[in-house]
Amino acid sequence: MATTELTVKSLDGPVDPDWCPGCGDFGVLKSIKEAIVELGIAPHEVLIVSGIGCSSNLPGFIHAYGVHSLHGRAVPVATGAALANHALHVIAVGGDGDGYGIGMAHFIHAMRRNLNLTYIVMDNEIYGLTTGQASPTTTEGHKTKSTPRGNVEKPVQPLALALATGATYVARGFSGDQKHLTKLVAGAIAHKGFSLIDVFSPCVTFNKVNTYQFFKERVYKLEDQKGYDASSLMGAMEKALEFGARIPIGLLYSLDKPTYEDTEPVLARGPLVDQPLGLDRKTFEEILAETRDDVALLPRRGRERSRSRKRT
Amino acid sequence: MATEITVGIAGAAGDGLDRTGDTLARTAARLGLHVYTYNSYQSLIRGGHTWLRLRLSEDKIDNHGDHLTVLVALNQDGIERHAREVEAGGAIIFNGARLQCDPVLVPKGVTLVPLPVPDLTAKLGKLLPVMQNTAALGALLHLAGFDLEATAEILLETFKKKGQEIIDQNVGVLRAGYEHAARTVPALGHPWKFSRKRRPVVTGNHMMALGAVAGGCKFYSAYPMSPASFILHWLAAHSEKVGVVVKQCEDELAVVNVAIGAGHAGVRSMCATSGGGFALMSEAIGMAGMLETPVVVVNVQRGGPSTGLPTKSEQGDLNQVFGASQGDYPRVIIAPRDAIDCFHSTVEALNLAESFQLPVTLLSDLLLGEHRSTIDPEDISSEVPIERGEWVTAPSPDEAANGGYKRYALTPSGISPRARPGRAGCIHVSGTDDHDEHGILISDEHTNPAIRRKMHEKRMRKVEGVRARLQPPVLEGPAQADVTLVGWGSTWSVIHEAAEQLTRGGVATNQLHFKYLYPFHDREARAILQGCRRTVVAENNFTGQSARHLRAESGFTVDHVLVRYDGEPFEPAWIAQRVRDFLEGRPVDLQVAEHEAREMAYHYIRIHMHDRARPGRLQPITESAYGEPLWIVELLSRADGRPEGMLVIGRETGSDYGWHPGVPSLLGEAATAAFATSLGGSSLADRAADDTARAPHDRAH
Repeated sequence: MATTELTVKSLDGPVDPDWCPGCGDFGVLKSIKEAIVELGIAPHEVLIVSGIGCSSNLPGFIHAYGVHSLHGRAVPVATGAALANHALHVIAVGGDGDGYGIGMAHFIHAMRRNLNLTYIVMDNEIYGLTTGQASPTTTEGHKTKSTPRGNVEKPVQPLALALATGATYVARGFSGDQKHLTKLVAGAIAHKGFSLIDVFSPCVTFNKVNTYQFFKERVYKLEDQKGYDASSLMGAMEKALEFGARIPIGLLYSLDKPTYEDTEPVLARGPLVDQPLGLDRKTFEEILAETRDDVALLPRRGRERSRSRKRT
Repeated sequence: MATEITVGIAGAAGDGLDRTGDTLARTAARLGLHVYTYNSYQSLIRGGHTWLRLRLSEDKIDNHGDHLTVLVALNQDGIERHAREVEAGGAIIFNGARLQCDPVLVPKGVTLVPLPVPDLTAKLGKLLPVMQNTAALGALLHLAGFDLEATAEILLETFKKKGQEIIDQNVGVLRAGYEHAARTVPALGHPWKFSRKRRPVVTGNHMMALGAVAGGCKFYSAYPMSPASFILHWLAAHSEKVGVVVKQCEDELAVVNVAIGAGHAGVRSMCATSGGGFALMSEAIGMAGMLETPVVVVNVQRGGPSTGLPTKSEQGDLNQVFGASQGDYPRVIIAPRDAIDCFHSTVEALNLAESFQLPVTLLSDLLLGEHRSTIDPEDISSEVPIERGEWVTAPSPDEAANGGYKRYALTPSGISPRARPGRAGCIHVSGTDDHDEHGILISDEHTNPAIRRKMHEKRMRKVEGVRARLQPPVLEGPAQADVTLVGWGSTWSVIHEAAEQLTRGGVATNQLHFKYLYPFHDREARAILQGCRRTVVAENNFTGQSARHLRAESGFTVDHVLVRYDGEPFEPAWIAQRVRDFLEGRPVDLQVAEHEAREMAYHYIRIHMHDRARPGRLQPITESAYGEPLWIVELLSRADGRPEGMLVIGRETGSDYGWHPGVPSLLGEAATAAFATSLGGSSLADRAADDTARAPHDRAH
């Protein structure tokens, strides 16, 4: 198995996807496989972490290490794995409910850290697995099972959030243009730092508004725009908020910057998973010696007020 | 009996009490004494009352005991709150130039040591007010029979950076206090044998952090939460030295999930929190059970429910920890009994987590986590076992021929050898949906009851493997006893002393203490308890959670459950008294006790009277118009000591029925009773109107 030639076919998982025929997630799965092949990464060096939802079933459908975790927790589980073994290519995947709803806090904070992670959100603007309720990216006015009079909440703008909180590779793809998506995924995996790809991945069963047709009529590629500069944060922000008659796809923003892993001195010694365990006697004695005369009986002033944690 | 002394230092936060306590603890530790400190801080905001007790003994001690030998009062409240607690043969030290000690407050046989601080220090130049503490410390050294030079040396080290003048001043004041006391009062006469053995002074949190790194923890995540934050601070400060990646996260959901992610990738990981954070972690702890990923989760309990008592201790999270997460999954719950046990339990937790591929919860509490004690350094070491469990780096030939590596192989032990992501040939997906041996989901339309049954049994089989490895509980103390005290976790030492006290007092008492709460040694526990005459559970929560746990697991119902849930820890004599009450058929008295009424009065005065008064005498009244017995608390002006009226507190309900200015003073029971009766003369509405009219600015509604 280990010696199989790396092809898209060789990356097939043990079971076939159980998504509805026509689901946008097929295109995302194929793009991930193609990107891995294009980059020549051995599948055992890839760890794909998902949450819960239709799209979060993806790790089961690809020949790579995977964790199919809890709803909303793909990013923190991926974070832990990436810090524990930064030699792995860690990819978090999931849906818009998973990442922008229940997992929103993790999404924001992971980007602040600029961890070397790729996060691919299969954004179908609906909760599909639970049969069609409004999601954080459901457009205003959209009638769903949970919003029978039309959604009144403004949709989350994931790309704008990503730009505002420090992601260093921000892109939008469309699973109806799978070859284009592959390029974005390959770019994201190759990128050092936190990469987000928000992918329009239509739900053919529960979202009759944001269909393939809807996107086909609206999307245009940034790389076709003369003079578009992906190093300009403000320019990217303008494109991130463009969602109407025209919707941009492609790489909005990219920045070279040290990753969180680069700034963690313990990781400079190599992947944590390969480092020795425990303490030698000398270090242990040194640490114990610190305690002999360091008798702070009470919390020192200055941090006192923060001691009692309030939940408001 | 070992010689010991308990010193209480009372003052306001900001009075320099911490520094004085530090210096005393370090002095005792240098002399080779064991130290245990208990800080029942009422408030951390400047000005709030702080009460620090240091128990110093020739023997190892792990609780603050029952005694108060010397009170060092740094302000008037300190005297008035605690002078009554000093026992015969003891002393009260205070700055006589600033504070008074009403003889009414002083128990018989207690020596007053008022220090004329300005006179003593006149030659030493202009001093900061906080220097009165150093004079008091000097006097204490004389009374306790401690070495002046040891303390002088500590002051020298403390003020080294501030220059010779400051050192001379501090040592001068210390010496002046010492010499004044030596001239005016005899020492208390403790026959110390100072071993002068140098010992580390540690907390349970400290020992968990050190145990974690010694035990091979490589990854630690946390969100700040009292009283667990010290583990984060210590590990963050030592991260590079000990080679541990420390990550503060956005919330406890992230904390536990990153720890599990790291554990899944193959490093030993741990995280810590308190009850509120643990509640957020629940779902993921179940995930670790399902993924069979090792992780250690520490819960340093504080008073609940909800935000509860952030700076007070409780053992109230047993139900929560036991009930964490949906469904059944294998896990381990360990409650260490003292600081040294925190070290070893953390090592053990990491070993069990990896050997059995499951989540382990360490259940500590604020008392164990934050309070300092000396340990003998030889009781801990870097030479601890690190057991990483079963791993593979390639599939077996059988597996290779049959669909590849089986991450969740069905084995007799329930343990399926792990492969770390990154190994060629062992690719698999770990899912939180139930799955087959390869990790392929068997949920939703692929549900397979047969595989589900065998996979669930495999996971749960690991519990038996863990149970067989854990040391069953043993009966400590006399084999034949009238009473068996049952406890768990941090209360081992205080229950141990209570049992000794009861035994000395003629009630032979032994102790059954649980460290392993899950898997539980139900058969062993039942066998032991069935042979006991009277069984009493003692624990720090309201409902007697461990008594319920014991009943659920072993079918054994104890005779009596003794609980304390006011935020304060047990004291040996408190437990012993409750046991005697139980044996003699005295019901538990839940009425407001006198010292509690005084605490309520302090609260009332702070909130409604801008702290301008303090409680004086208290008078109990049995009959009142409020339909319950009362405490009548005399309130005295802080400025001039004149009466400010009465505060009425219900003894049953604890409700305050308000401040009644204008009533001159407590005039004896009859007059006070008449006053209480008169309060009922008007309707409730009238009375409220009256109160408002009398004190329009002082009532907060």
